[in-house]
Amino acid sequence: MDNYLISLINVSKDYNGAEAIKNVTLNIKKNEFLTMLGPSGCGKTTTLRIIGGFEYPSSGKLLFEGTDIINLPPYKRKVNTVFQKYALFPHLNVFENIAFGLKIKKLDPKIISKKVGRILELVSLSGYEKRSVNSLSGGQQQRVAIARALVNEPEVLLLDEPLGALDLKLRKGMQLELKAMQKHLGITFIYVTHDQEEALTMSDTIVVMNGGMIQQTGTPEAIYNEPVNAFVADFIGESNIFDGVMLEDYQVKIFDKMVRCSDRGFDKNEPVDVVIRPEDIKIVDETEGIFQGIIKSVTFKGVHYEMIVQAKNMEWIIHSTKMRPAGNSVGLWVDPYDIHIMKKVTC
Amino acid sequence: MVSRILKRAYMFSLYLFLYAPIIVLAFYSFNNSRTRGAWTGFTFKWYLALFQDRQIMTSLYYSLSIGVIAAFVATIIGTLAALGINHLKPIPRTVIMNLTYLPVLNPDIVTGISLMLLFIFVRLKLGFLTLLLSHITFNIPYVILSVLPRVKQLDQNMYEAALDLGATPGLAFWKVILPEIMPGVVTGWLLAFTLSLDDFVISFFNTGSGVSNLSIIIYSMARRGINPKINALSTLLLVSILALLVTVNLMMSRQRHLKIREESE
Amino acid sequence: MKKTWAAYPYLFWIIIFTIIPLGLLIFFSITVQTASGIVFSLDNFRRFLEPVYLKVLMRSLSLAALSTVLCLLLGYPAAQFLAAHDLKHRNTMVLLMVLPMWINFLLRTYAWLPLLERKGLINYILGRLGLPSLNLLYNDFAVMLGMVYNFLPFMVLPIYSVLSKIDRSLIEAAEDLGADPALVFRKVVFPLSLPGVFSGITMVFMPAVTTFVISRLLGGGQFTLIGNLIEQQFLTVGDWNFGSAISMVMMAVILISMGFASKYETEQEGGGLW
Repeated sequence: MDNYLISLINVSKDYNGAEAIKNVTLNIKKNEFLTMLGPSGCGKTTTLRIIGGFEYPSSGKLLFEGTDIINLPPYKRKVNTVFQKYALFPHLNVFENIAFGLKIKKLDPKIISKKVGRILELVSLSGYEKRSVNSLSGGQQQRVAIARALVNEPEVLLLDEPLGALDLKLRKGMQLELKAMQKHLGITFIYVTHDQEEALTMSDTIVVMNGGMIQQTGTPEAIYNEPVNAFVADFIGESNIFDGVMLEDYQVKIFDKMVRCSDRGFDKNEPVDVVIRPEDIKIVDETEGIFQGIIKSVTFKGVHYEMIVQAKNMEWIIHSTKMRPAGNSVGLWVDPYDIHIMKKVTC
Repeated sequence: MVSRILKRAYMFSLYLFLYAPIIVLAFYSFNNSRTRGAWTGFTFKWYLALFQDRQIMTSLYYSLSIGVIAAFVATIIGTLAALGINHLKPIPRTVIMNLTYLPVLNPDIVTGISLMLLFIFVRLKLGFLTLLLSHITFNIPYVILSVLPRVKQLDQNMYEAALDLGATPGLAFWKVILPEIMPGVVTGWLLAFTLSLDDFVISFFNTGSGVSNLSIIIYSMARRGINPKINALSTLLLVSILALLVTVNLMMSRQRHLKIREESE
Repeated sequence: MKKTWAAYPYLFWIIIFTIIPLGLLIFFSITVQTASGIVFSLDNFRRFLEPVYLKVLMRSLSLAALSTVLCLLLGYPAAQFLAAHDLKHRNTMVLLMVLPMWINFLLRTYAWLPLLERKGLINYILGRLGLPSLNLLYNDFAVMLGMVYNFLPFMVLPIYSVLSKIDRSLIEAAEDLGADPALVFRKVVFPLSLPGVFSGITMVFMPAVTTFVISRLLGGGQFTLIGNLIEQQFLTVGDWNFGSAISMVMMAVILISMGFASKYETEQEGGGLW
């Protein structure tokens, strides 16, 4: 427990009876890049705002280095936030925005200008001190917002979809920069996003949330390769999800076929979700496949082709570098270790 | 918690400050005594006296007729002006817009006096006509300022589309342009009418020959101290404003209801 | 639609009813009537520099300034209250603030008479409490009270409108950066509300400095502000030249201060009522 920098224990928050998050328990280690990922309304922003001190939870505990800080107002917490739409002060210029927190701490003006200069260099905005924040581009405003938070040398930086307003190319660049900054400064980042690719690129740990509850916590690889339920599988990357029945260990029935898989530990004849990634399905000759189907459409996606195959009255999404023309009858093959069996979630 | 109570107490006293004089005024309109602070019995006699006062009734008639006519003329001139201004080249447009703002920003007393100088200079006898002309003058800018935003939002192609579909320019104006800018025109008329009813300073300098509107009558009576007939008059005005507000609110909420019903069907 | 002719009636109207009258005002202000006819002269303005008239100007400016400050001090907290994000019944409370503006200005001023007069309600209550009665009417206090009462909503509403548009995340950002509530107000909320404050100041100061109704009704016959001075010159004294000169001075004061305020407002791109 004392190894963790921040711990949320059974934290819930409801707004007039509508529960935003339910029993969230989460431990965050020092120097970790932790991402909360989920669709909008899943409770990730509420969780972040509770850590920042802008929301007061209905129940539960929030520990910072072992002490409960739930009653601490935001201005006394050792965390800083990068807001969704940056929240830069429009009446202050770039320098004054970044120096805001330092001036409140009543630091020596010389030290302030030195610190601001250094942080501007870090976000590659040297020379922009006197500019009005309204004259900056979206990407530049983003950097000022990050600099304004980082210059206070917080132990934890909270980022609420900070790249959401940027265009794709800028977003990719900023992702790498943010990750590099976090490594270089050794600060804990808690990052909120609904973009799974962003989460996979940047994080040490991903927390997948849905319906106010944590679905899965783990490294990006673990989340991608071993999703614990169909929601996570569907949300992270594309997936084919089918109904199946677990006959016995290593044996699952999909449609009317008995298929070998690598999972065990389910009840006999337990209904399960069967998840297969599009890139794990191989297109083979009709006779060699486990399932037979007809290619409905082919779309070139750059690195690979996306093919929709009609088989067993279902549409299967398949990614492959080899193209088969639409209309062909083909066989589909999946290796046992690429078939993921998941408990049905009832919601 | 303490600060919340303090805040509420503060707001309560502020609203009390804003409303107490008006409520006291309404209260005294039913008081039998003429000037005393003390309550000496309930009466309707001031209301009766009010309705029997020819001077006040005539001034009410002048206020309403000047208000309606001035707002009507100002709306026509102002709406046309807004349509024309939108098509002017930048420099004449800036000049006209600055001239439009001038009567809005200028102190009323200066507007009133300069108009009076004009009327006397051209030997126009101060009276109903000069009062009307002065009201139209200060009303037009407000009509322009409420119609112009609507005109700017107009899709330039819409008028052309109407012509393309066979409408004559006149028909295109009636069927396409006017309905689009109508909300601004209505707001402009209402604003002009209200300002006209409320005006005192400009009217004061530009009337004569026994023509007075309500504001002028109130001023000349109030100058001589308290007059219970004014108390009665202000109570009636207050009640009609409240009634108007309640009706507008009810109509708006009914419209909202209808809209919601339509959407849900 | 290249129909600029639609603006011609208005153009015609402006020339006759705005430009020519102002021209007449200027003409009268720079001429004097002598036995030999009308002569160009700056005597009217020179006369305004006499101590009697300068005193009236100073009195008008200081009373208006004092009323404006009072409106700001009373109105700002009210605007903050109305703009609070968790206020219930906000629309009703804002409407209650707007409503007095719909009542005839003269009636609103007149409404103080039954309260303040020698035998009015306040003195009646004081008498009942065994306290000596007060001279509440026909003095500086009554005039200032009338100004504050009439113009307070014009201060509250523009400030409220700016405050309610301030993005909550800016306040959260300031808290996040270590500012306690007092600092958040000083460093973020107040600076951001300045456009509304300026707008409110002009909307109170301008009518307060030019009024002659409040001073006449609540200040009594002998009470003179610059507005009364103008009125007297035209309606009782009959010296149009001097009256025009005073009007020109007043117009200059107003337009210059408006110019400053609007310049500030556009720079801050804040919203006001105009």
